[in-house]
Amino acid sequence: MEKLRYERPVINKIKAGVPDKFGMNTKIKIMPEIEGIPVKDIINKYGSPVFVLSEPKIRETYQEAHRAFSSRYPKVQFAWSYKTNYLDAICKIYHDEGSWAEVVSGFEYDKALANGVPGSKILFNGPDKNDEDLLKAIENSSFIHIDHFDELYSIIRLTKNTDKKAKVAIRINMDTGIYPQWDRFGFNYENGEAWNAINRIMLSENLDLVGLHTHIGTYIMSANAYAVAASKLAELAVRTNRKFNHNIKYIDMGGGFASKNTLKGAYLPGKDTCPSFDDYAEAITSALINSEIAPDNLPILFLETGRALIDEAGYVLGTILANKRLSNARRSTIVDIGVNMLFTSFWYEHEIYPAQECSLQTEDTAIYGPLCMNIDILREAIQFPLLQKGDHVVIPRVGAYNMTQWMQFITLRPNILLIDRDKNIQIIRKKETNEVFKQMERVPDHLK
Amino acid sequence: MKIKSNIAVSDNGFVFDPNTGDSYNLNNTAAEILQMLKSGKEETEIIKVFAKKYDVDETTFEQNFYDFLGMLNHYNLVEENRG
Ligand SMILES: Cc1ncc(COP(=O)(O)O)c(C=O)c1O
Repeated sequence: MEKLRYERPVINKIKAGVPDKFGMNTKIKIMPEIEGIPVKDIINKYGSPVFVLSEPKIRETYQEAHRAFSSRYPKVQFAWSYKTNYLDAICKIYHDEGSWAEVVSGFEYDKALANGVPGSKILFNGPDKNDEDLLKAIENSSFIHIDHFDELYSIIRLTKNTDKKAKVAIRINMDTGIYPQWDRFGFNYENGEAWNAINRIMLSENLDLVGLHTHIGTYIMSANAYAVAASKLAELAVRTNRKFNHNIKYIDMGGGFASKNTLKGAYLPGKDTCPSFDDYAEAITSALINSEIAPDNLPILFLETGRALIDEAGYVLGTILANKRLSNARRSTIVDIGVNMLFTSFWYEHEIYPAQECSLQTEDTAIYGPLCMNIDILREAIQFPLLQKGDHVVIPRVGAYNMTQWMQFITLRPNILLIDRDKNIQIIRKKETNEVFKQMERVPDHLK
Repeated sequence: MKIKSNIAVSDNGFVFDPNTGDSYNLNNTAAEILQMLKSGKEETEIIKVFAKKYDVDETTFEQNFYDFLGMLNHYNLVEENRG
């Protein structure tokens, strides 16, 4: 006799008068494959947990973003924000698509050079550039985005000993109507500090003011904030031109576009609330085109988009370790993906999907990572189907920041795979081994 | 484990507890178990029946089964004195 399909028994209390959020259905979506490759096969071959990035998705998203801007504005240049994901293979995909590099440390700068990016296509941001970094950037004709007066004076001092002019921009912070206002980076617009910095640079023979830069924050859900920012930068460009008869060659709007992930505490899913590339592009390019900048002098528009370009292309696949009941009888499910590798679970309510057919019944569940630490929570409360130990799960939209901000804590970092355009799987970062850590440690003789 | 005698269970898995006024949803397997418990079947017997009838091994089912009984207990649907 053929056996009937089994579903584990569940009982759910019916709560009267508590509708689902906006009547969203709780139909269970499953994610059995990534780019057509079964999750089960990937895990069997490369272990669990494992990160997977899709090259086709990276390229498609980049092209979509580029099109949104270049169809509205004549001169557009993206620079890949290294900190978002600086795996060499990933950076090279963006460079292959035409992206320059945006870096914020000597480490990232050298990585960009090693990835074949000429110095003259590197934007060097951030508050931490030492003399050695600055000299290298000056020699290589990179664009140095000055963060503070100490840096400005360092550059003035360093250029005295070289015959090269430093190509510089200043980073500008400002009120764009959003909260929080990031005022710790760069020079402030409203209090005149940015204008002072421009004046100081224009008086220096060895510094060439080529651009104006801002990065108003990250996961900015208001396209209008970018319109405000672009107008303020345009106004500074016009003032500079009027006073010094000097054209600003580029305006760099930084990064910050939201991805479709849902922020913790948000009432509606990020998919429904995040503006499109077209929305951001319309706001920025209209502000520039409608500014007082003469049409012949329109600056190049630089974008340092990180999160919104790569989040969607990354997945982490994992396995159920156990199901338990908390003291109040709520279900808790432990998976092998911890906050040590999924740093973004501190900001996002990550979606989590079963990778195989499962029961249609869901239960209010807390999903925890494997670490023996109270902070290791992926989802505090999610309507989740009943999975058994050994079943697989997929967390989509993890491409941004996790593979750079993750930490080696309690467990080793797993393999990172790239699915290329021919659907081949390539390891782009090997999983760590104890040996790697041993190599860096030293035990003093008296403890041997 | 004995289900309180005044708990009403409908065929489509709807449970009503007149003691509290609360109602519950069951999936098919849960409804089947509840009916067996109501008709006085032993727990070991239920496990055997299920492993035979459904595509599940005894250990897995046993684990799920006791988890489910734990939930019935949590919702106060069972008699205080067992057996
Ligand atoms: C200067 C700069 N540019 C670009 C980015 C990328 O931002 P996002 O990932 O929000 O697009 C960052 C991120 O913090 C940044 O600091």
